Amino acid sequence: MSKVIKIKRGLDIRLKGSAELQLAEPGLTGLFAVKPTDFKGLEFRVLRKAGEEVKKGTPVLADKSHPEIVLVSPVAGKVAAVNRGERRKLLEVVIESSGELSYETLKKGSPADMDGTSVREQILSAGLWPAIIQRPYGTVARPDHAPRDIFISAFDSSPLAPDYEFILKGQAAEFKTGILALKKLTAGKIYVCLSPELIDSKVFTGIEGVEYTVFKGPHPAGNTGIQIHHLAPINKGEVIWTITPQFVALIGRTFLTGKPDFTWTVALAGSRVKIPQYYKTVIGAQLSPMIASNLVEAELPARIISGTVLTGAKIEPDGFIGFYDSLVTVIPEGKYFDFFGWALPGINKYSMSRAFLSSVFPKKSWDLNTNLNGGHRAFVITGQYEKVLPMDIYPMLLLKSILANDIDKMEQLGIYEVIEEDLALCEFVCTSKIDIQDILRSGLDLIRKELN
Amino acid sequence: MKANKLRQLVDRVKPQFEKGGKLSKLHSSFDAFESFLFVPDKVTLRGSHIRDSIDLKRTMTIVIIALLPALVFGIFNAGYQHFLSVGQAVTFFSWQAFGFGFLKVFPIIVVSYVTGLGIEFIVAQIKGHEVNEGFLVSGMLIPLIMPVDVPLWMVALATAFAVVFGKEIFGGTGMNIFNPALLARVFLFFAYPAFMTGDRIWIAGMTKGAGVVDGFSGATPLGELAAGHSDKLQDFMTLFLGAIPGSIGETSKLAILIGAVILIVTGIGSWRIMVSMIAGGLLMGGILNLVGANAYMEVPFYYHLVIGSFAFGAVFMATDPVSSSQTQTGKWIYGFFVGFMSVLIRVVNPAYPEGVMLAILLGNVFAPLIDHFVVQANINRRLKRATIKV
Repeated sequence: MSKVIKIKRGLDIRLKGSAELQLAEPGLTGLFAVKPTDFKGLEFRVLRKAGEEVKKGTPVLADKSHPEIVLVSPVAGKVAAVNRGERRKLLEVVIESSGELSYETLKKGSPADMDGTSVREQILSAGLWPAIIQRPYGTVARPDHAPRDIFISAFDSSPLAPDYEFILKGQAAEFKTGILALKKLTAGKIYVCLSPELIDSKVFTGIEGVEYTVFKGPHPAGNTGIQIHHLAPINKGEVIWTITPQFVALIGRTFLTGKPDFTWTVALAGSRVKIPQYYKTVIGAQLSPMIASNLVEAELPARIISGTVLTGAKIEPDGFIGFYDSLVTVIPEGKYFDFFGWALPGINKYSMSRAFLSSVFPKKSWDLNTNLNGGHRAFVITGQYEKVLPMDIYPMLLLKSILANDIDKMEQLGIYEVIEEDLALCEFVCTSKIDIQDILRSGLDLIRKELN
Repeated sequence: MKANKLRQLVDRVKPQFEKGGKLSKLHSSFDAFESFLFVPDKVTLRGSHIRDSIDLKRTMTIVIIALLPALVFGIFNAGYQHFLSVGQAVTFFSWQAFGFGFLKVFPIIVVSYVTGLGIEFIVAQIKGHEVNEGFLVSGMLIPLIMPVDVPLWMVALATAFAVVFGKEIFGGTGMNIFNPALLARVFLFFAYPAFMTGDRIWIAGMTKGAGVVDGFSGATPLGELAAGHSDKLQDFMTLFLGAIPGSIGETSKLAILIGAVILIVTGIGSWRIMVSMIAGGLLMGGILNLVGANAYMEVPFYYHLVIGSFAFGAVFMATDPVSSSQTQTGKWIYGFFVGFMSVLIRVVNPAYPEGVMLAILLGNVFAPLIDHFVVQANINRRLKRATIKV
């Protein structure tokens, strides 16, 4: 029986339009993209110019300071465009799929029989290294680090989150092989954190040498940051790696088949989706085939988010799904004025506080939009963030230390233990509408720059 | 439909207030009025794409709603006490009482809001900030902690002092050290003690003394106690219901209790501070009962909850999120400290009949220190964890 940890503080925001457990396959033709902007802490050099042919698994971008970290083409075809933004910032490398099946070959064999170095090389050349995220900072892991432990959360507790067990149904062998590979990269433990529903999971459980823990409670119980904090908190100078289950299975598959593999299942959800369901596609897929004729027409435009409503990135209808995202959410844009919105009883206004009449329906599912519901103000209300952050951390004081650029204080107050997703709920509930995730990122970037 | 027409009107004049417009200097004021009428159409850019419906306006509105029972009762009481003092019998909840009380109390509210909001608007204008909602509550609190016979110019002066020296010099809403409303009262208390203490100021018209019945005492229960007349103290229920002399909003503990319930149910007010402050007050009261050196100390400890502004302070003043402790543990300590000191100052120091005001301000001073120790404990836990590992 695995350990059970109860999380008390947090908030489950019930949103309309969660994905049905059914799978559609939109096909593998069309455009795919590798987006350098998805990867924190890396700076890229372009390896393939527009017009050049690529196979599945051919590197198209390499990191400047660690050239062994490459981003590869998820399909065979040719580079259609290298798009740059302001000041020539690299935005995306677009690849047009030719529908062919040519691929770069990799080694085949059980990672159990390999040493750490060859496992590392295999993951690097498969283009899956950036799947590993390091804490502190939430940046892409460095191949020359040896992490204290590796954490995998087998479930996502955020609003409209995808069900990883459904996505990885029948892929127990791949997941297990992936775990074996990761084991070669750390002298510490591999932690897999489960939700109460996953205790008997055929995919995630029963792997030897894995530390299983059940996390029970509201979001952010599924965030690795919270899980690490409760199991083995990060101290200054320590490095932890985290990775999501779909990537573990992908890594496993490259060892089992010896071929690069980017098969990726993504949930399309949200109140603006006609048929919210799962799509089996490839990493970096263009969104348009999935949302074509599947969005609800309405007066207010739609906000398309690659990722969750709490942490995702806004993308255009013809944009590409982010590297790390197993979810695309479509909700209404809140660009409207609300006459005396702050004064009326508010039967249809969702709030964690009980300041609106809506709180008499605690079980209702909501159709929330992107309106800020107020204006930016100074920090006034206290004790609010703590209600949704199940960590022994004082978020408001941490944020104030970041605003003051006080690195010592940031360290003392535990900045190494959090990344944006952990404080996302604080941002959601904030009365003063403070952009908490931006502030935290600027603090993390500052420390990374000063200490390296 | 009305809202639509109004929106069109606002949209028509809006460009004048924006950058390059003729009246762009008045942008802050325009923004304040616009966002008063309409929650803005501002949308999120990234991060959390959805946001909680609550904002500062809503929060402040809830506090004002919670203050309404105390205000309405205070208006009735102002009238009732006045008629009592001139020997006319009126029932408490009567139109005469309300009408008289309203004419007395309403001007104080108007003066407080006009002065305070005026300064807030001017400062926001100069700094180019958005106007903060903080004063909406302070502007209501100030009248409620004034004696009803206070001259209006004093209200204006005190409010101006509170806003400028209590808030703006620290950087505005959210940055202040002291509770601004309390600062207004403490300013008057020390600057014009004759108008803020004594037996005559608590009843409308009694300062002038015209028509007051012979032998009528306008003293508050606290005043009686401080003067050593503990035998004149009313029974618990009378004190709880609050048809007694006192500051406008403080007398009815029932009305304050209703406010407390509103604040706690909506999650806006900190129940931790309220509970711990009451606990602190009861403990000090109990200790004094044990000591029992004089008649005041022998007043049953639970009476302290219903005399003076203890209840009002616990529910509306000590809970101010900006000037109280910011950490949850700190709130327990802070509340307890304030409650403890309130009763101590009240009973032991004869110069200040009301200890709550000073105790809360003292608590405000100590709040950052309390937080410092709570946070230091957190930091030490983190350091200890790191060293054990090595």
